[in-house]
Amino acid sequence: MKSKKLSILFMFVIIATLLVACGGGNIADAPADAAEVEEASADTCEEEIVLTHWYHQYGEEGTFDAAQRYAAEYSEMTPCVTVEVNWVPGDYFASLNSALLTDEGPDVFELQTVTLDRVAANQLEPMDDLFEGILEDFNATAMKRVTIKDNIYGVPMIIDPQFIYYNKTMLADAGVEVPTTMDELIAASKALDTGRVKGIYLSNDLGAYNYLLYMATWGANTDFIDGDQIVFNTPENVRMWEKKAELVETGSMLLGATTEWWDPGAFIDGLAAMQSCGLWAMPGVVEGMGAENVGVMPWPALDESATPSVWIGGWNQSVNANSPNTEAAKAYVKWLWIDNAEVQIDWNLGYGFHVPPRSTTAAQAEALKAGPAAEVLAMLPDYGNTTPVTWTGAMDTIYQDAHAEVLLNGADPAEQLQLAAEAAQKELDVLLGN
Amino acid sequence: MKSKLTQAFNQRFFSSKSKKDGFEFWVFVGPLVLGLFIFVYIPIIWGFFLSFFEARNTVTPTKFVGLTNYIDLFGDTRFINSLETVIIFAVIIVPITFALSLGLALLVESLGANSGVFRTIFFIPTACSYVVASLIWKTSLFNGLPSGFANNILWVINEINPIAWIHTTDPPYYWLVLGTVRLWLQSGFYMIIFLAGLQEIPRTIYEASMVDGAKPGWQTFRHITFPMMRNTSISVLLLLFIEAFQAFDEFRNILATGGSSGTQILARPPLVYLYNVAFQDQNYARGAAGAFVIAALIMVVTVVQGRLFGFGKTEH
Repeated sequence: MKSKKLSILFMFVIIATLLVACGGGNIADAPADAAEVEEASADTCEEEIVLTHWYHQYGEEGTFDAAQRYAAEYSEMTPCVTVEVNWVPGDYFASLNSALLTDEGPDVFELQTVTLDRVAANQLEPMDDLFEGILEDFNATAMKRVTIKDNIYGVPMIIDPQFIYYNKTMLADAGVEVPTTMDELIAASKALDTGRVKGIYLSNDLGAYNYLLYMATWGANTDFIDGDQIVFNTPENVRMWEKKAELVETGSMLLGATTEWWDPGAFIDGLAAMQSCGLWAMPGVVEGMGAENVGVMPWPALDESATPSVWIGGWNQSVNANSPNTEAAKAYVKWLWIDNAEVQIDWNLGYGFHVPPRSTTAAQAEALKAGPAAEVLAMLPDYGNTTPVTWTGAMDTIYQDAHAEVLLNGADPAEQLQLAAEAAQKELDVLLGN
Repeated sequence: MKSKLTQAFNQRFFSSKSKKDGFEFWVFVGPLVLGLFIFVYIPIIWGFFLSFFEARNTVTPTKFVGLTNYIDLFGDTRFINSLETVIIFAVIIVPITFALSLGLALLVESLGANSGVFRTIFFIPTACSYVVASLIWKTSLFNGLPSGFANNILWVINEINPIAWIHTTDPPYYWLVLGTVRLWLQSGFYMIIFLAGLQEIPRTIYEASMVDGAKPGWQTFRHITFPMMRNTSISVLLLLFIEAFQAFDEFRNILATGGSSGTQILARPPLVYLYNVAFQDQNYARGAAGAFVIAALIMVVTVVQGRLFGFGKTEH
């Protein structure tokens, strides 16, 4: 009988342990919190506010420590507020989207583009008041990515231009001019392909990924949405998709690289003469190859009548509309990305290279004033472009899938664009409530 | 053998008078039942309701739309393609895994006293995660560089130039990558089930057949071993089909992650499609509707298969 009671007791202990383990995160963090609470309580707070701040996982070394450092600095200087950083590896948006459905979502988080569906679902807090008097100081394209119907839903943190790197020596050795049209790009890639060194590395999915696809679309003088109409199904875009398929056909593209397109490894290692990548990779590329050997160019135009293009991506900081502490969260975001030039310079240039969205801050960025980085900045006014805020994830998937069908399965571009336009139009109609 | 727990279970549910063991019963079973309800049944029911609403960027929708989500789903060629993909995948991978596991089981069993070592060796991959295995297959064994394992072997054999295994569509080498990783992960586990099945067959039958002049090898296998393992074989087939229809991990990790997720259109099973719809596009209702379609499909296949092969029938 005694052993029976013991075993029941044992079960309780196990259950209790499991329950405690479920809340593990909080309990593990408790000692740190307690110390900070004690410190802050000297100012006698009415209530202690804990802000959770989500970042996607940045690849550059030192970024995690920097994010922690900013949060700690703010926690220390602000009474009653503690910021906890959550660094999300893997599929950031899947985790974020699930978290935003609950009451436990992050107070502050990163987005690439603020989209209308998120605003319609009341996920984002308007932040117009933070920009009073300084709106003009922010990069206009970056602001386009956070502005919906005259309201601003995010503060741009970094601007990430994406374009094509080329190896100057390899092009010179092969007698190849820098390509400006698709036909020239195809010819150049073929000419640069020696078997061991491939002509161009777009990505492991043959260049089907979305940012590259955006650039190709603009390079065909085509846009995505005009008001309540999907407009990407143009004859020029059909021809651009045909040209991209032609590039695949040449067999001169690097495939199956162990690094993805956003990592300049394959280019630095000389596996390909050209690679699509972004400004963030510049420090590594210059270090690996020498500044004099690094060339940059926009995505080539369809033909002489079109304009080449550069994708202006980047990350913004938004505040969760369902957070109980929206005001505290906004104050924190303001301190980081509006007031604190030191943090902005550090975050934009201390690890990888990005363009600070505030022009007064960007003007202080010495690293962007010379060499290939300066050439990238010079391309932005003429060639830079970004997707509209009504362009949602669902439309993006539809468009990308259609493009991948063309590149990977040899589907007909005209037919795929037609189908994608119809499907995306349906999504847009639902979104706009038509 | 009747355990204390089974007794308590029977008393709780089948006899009205005994409350003696009720407390212990709930201590043991309660947490499990509670967990099942919170993490399994409630989400299923919730998902079912969700599938009849418009639920974008929310899981607490207000707009009832009837069967719209189901109709939209079947109007989406990407979903239809995903169903085709998974059916082709199942038809190919199930017989191969079945044959390989059975073959391994027979080989290992024939070793007699030494079988333990090989049993362990073949079973170890089962303990490996799909994600880990997928990444090894993608970045190490079958990467497209000259330094990749498979490409190295081809070079050594006949100086064959590097092949982009995952990105070559004609012929579709990516199926080789997807198929081998699943074979490697699964075969060992099903081999163990077959081994258990083999040990259930009474030795006396073999002895009797020897007396009657049966030759060991194919004849014995064809007329004794295989028929005697009918129920084992059918359960393995059922499990393999269900697992094939639930394919997700290796497809997502080999074809749909990183900066180059465009390759997922080459072979996108329904679960990867639904994951995208729900967690990237944030259309939770359509995702839920799709989950019920797949569940129904799996049930139909299972029932038909069970009927066809006579699951549960004895050999008499």
